[in-house]
Amino acid sequence: MEAVNKLQDAWRRMAARLNVRTDAPPRPKAESSAFWVMVAKEFGDHIRSWRFAILLGIIALACIGSIYTALTALSGNAQSAEADHSFLFLQIFTITDGTLPQFTQFVSFLGPLMGIALGFDAVNAERSKGTLSRLISQPIYRDDFLKAKFVSSLLLISAVIFALGLLVMGAGLVVIGFPPTPEEFWRVVFFLLSAVVYVGFWLNLSILLSVRFRQAATSALAGISLWIFFTVFYSMILNLIAKGAAPGGNAGTEEILGYQNLMLTLGRLSPAELFSDVTTTLLMPNVRSLGPLTMEQVVGAVSSPLPLGQSLLLVWPQLTGLVAATLVCFGLAYYIFMRQEIRSRA
Amino acid sequence: MEALQDIRQPQSGEAIVLSGLTKTYGDFVAVNRLDLTVAKGEIFGLLGPNGAGKTTTILMMLGLTEPTGGDVRVLGLDPRRSSLQVKRRIGYMPDDIGFYEDRTALDNLIYTARLNGISLPEATARAKELLNRVGLAEAARKKTGQFSRGMRQRLGLADVLIKRPDIIILDEPTLGIDPEGVRELLELIRSLSREEGLTVLLSSHHLHQVQQVCDRVGLFVKGRLVACGNLEQLSQALDEDRTVTVDLEIAAWNDGLQEAVGRLEEVLSIDSRQASSIGGEGRHAVTVVCSRDITPQIARLVSEKGELYAISRRQYGLDDIYHKYFEGGEHHGSR
Repeated sequence: MEAVNKLQDAWRRMAARLNVRTDAPPRPKAESSAFWVMVAKEFGDHIRSWRFAILLGIIALACIGSIYTALTALSGNAQSAEADHSFLFLQIFTITDGTLPQFTQFVSFLGPLMGIALGFDAVNAERSKGTLSRLISQPIYRDDFLKAKFVSSLLLISAVIFALGLLVMGAGLVVIGFPPTPEEFWRVVFFLLSAVVYVGFWLNLSILLSVRFRQAATSALAGISLWIFFTVFYSMILNLIAKGAAPGGNAGTEEILGYQNLMLTLGRLSPAELFSDVTTTLLMPNVRSLGPLTMEQVVGAVSSPLPLGQSLLLVWPQLTGLVAATLVCFGLAYYIFMRQEIRSRA
Repeated sequence: MEALQDIRQPQSGEAIVLSGLTKTYGDFVAVNRLDLTVAKGEIFGLLGPNGAGKTTTILMMLGLTEPTGGDVRVLGLDPRRSSLQVKRRIGYMPDDIGFYEDRTALDNLIYTARLNGISLPEATARAKELLNRVGLAEAARKKTGQFSRGMRQRLGLADVLIKRPDIIILDEPTLGIDPEGVRELLELIRSLSREEGLTVLLSSHHLHQVQQVCDRVGLFVKGRLVACGNLEQLSQALDEDRTVTVDLEIAAWNDGLQEAVGRLEEVLSIDSRQASSIGGEGRHAVTVVCSRDITPQIARLVSEKGELYAISRRQYGLDDIYHKYFEGGEHHGSR
């Protein structure tokens, strides 16, 4: 009986403590709504801007082109009996007849541009137009401003990416007349989600640059040069390193494996590489590993496509890496911005 | 100078209290142990040359910059701790205010109101009323990118008032507006302050404008408040040595005349120079410093012996105060 009483007492105390926690003052309503007011305003600004219209035009054109090549390639393949007919629907995104790059490549190439374009002047334009000091003297949290910039742009990016992805699916459905399986559908959805994360990384990077650099032009240039560095020059540098680090002709398995892993690790420092790992794995279920496999490992393996869960598991580190890079950029932007002194137009 | 800083009007309450406020950027001292009290309902002018630390002081009042030392109280609140409450009750108009240029004036105001947690219908109503008040009713649907400087400042005033603050802080509100615009703006500020019992803190380096509207003035030099009080108190303080200065404009000033004036026992010094700028050949501008007010005697003497065109006893206007303090600012400040 005593024990029961004690238990009840403890329970009551715990409940009371929990209650205190839930009673702790939440952010007053006005401030949390101020955040959404800012998000709505930023969102509206983006949609009305010429910049967004131009970007949307470029990306839509690229997508139409990639669908066209994919569909011609698909109908060409359909005649040959050799072609791989499994996951036919996913091939809309990954196949090409050689005239234009496929959809995934367009996304991985133009996505960063979109992120940079939406973020490069997020903070410094407000600063140079003198609106930042006015805004920040309103009763809003300073970090809400930064978060609103990020959230509104990310919302827009996800709307665009999902719209395009679903449009491609729809067009494919009409043309090939072959419905996607649920698994294929989810694979596409996860691919689109990871594209949002990838573009979100570039968005955050450009917001960071816009906090750091006072001139919008400088921050745009810095963003674009980073983008070009990772998409063009980084692989060249890797090639140079690869030549230097390549093991000799009679090197053992261990050595070759070590070398391969080193190159993979170096490659994965680039967000573009991470994203391409993610897309290949998600859209090509036949990809079983992202690293080197020895013959011993392959022997006895049934060469069948991976189920969705396994594919996701395979790219989980890559996704985590992308999210982490995004968070690092945001954290840095936050750190710099919170400590910055805001004067009018300076 | 210590005595001067203690001169304060009787007050019902204190809107802003700064004590020992200091801000340094590295080795540079922007604001140096500043003590200042602004009473509720008064219009206070912060007067000082560029770079005197006015804006920095204002930013610290709003909690937008951390003070290095000292204490700020705004309406009894510490802006460092409760920055949101403070910002809800202070309207701040930065110098060279900017608006979202591709939005209309009305949109800009509504946005500010919404950030203050005011509902959309209420915000719209207030914005329209304020646009009327500042005389921008016709331009309400115009994009602010097309606004002139004066219009932007008036819109800025509406923007500051839309949250119905207790205190408004205007940083260089008259910068870059034509004289007529300045007059209108200051009139508007004054009437607003009187009607709504607003406390107004106004920074400027235009002494005449400050003189027009402010109840009290604080003079800022190199991060220090060298003098504070109303105009009368300031000129009294400046006039420490109790001398009277008389300016004369005379044709044919000569040594005889100078000697005659110099013989008056109250006269301390005489300074004359050829005044070419006044027009009229051979006129002299003469400055006589006397220990007592003997303007009539000087006038009589000079008009007997020469041709007197103008005589005036120098009143210490804000102009002179400004000059004296800012030229000898360090000297006065360090005393």
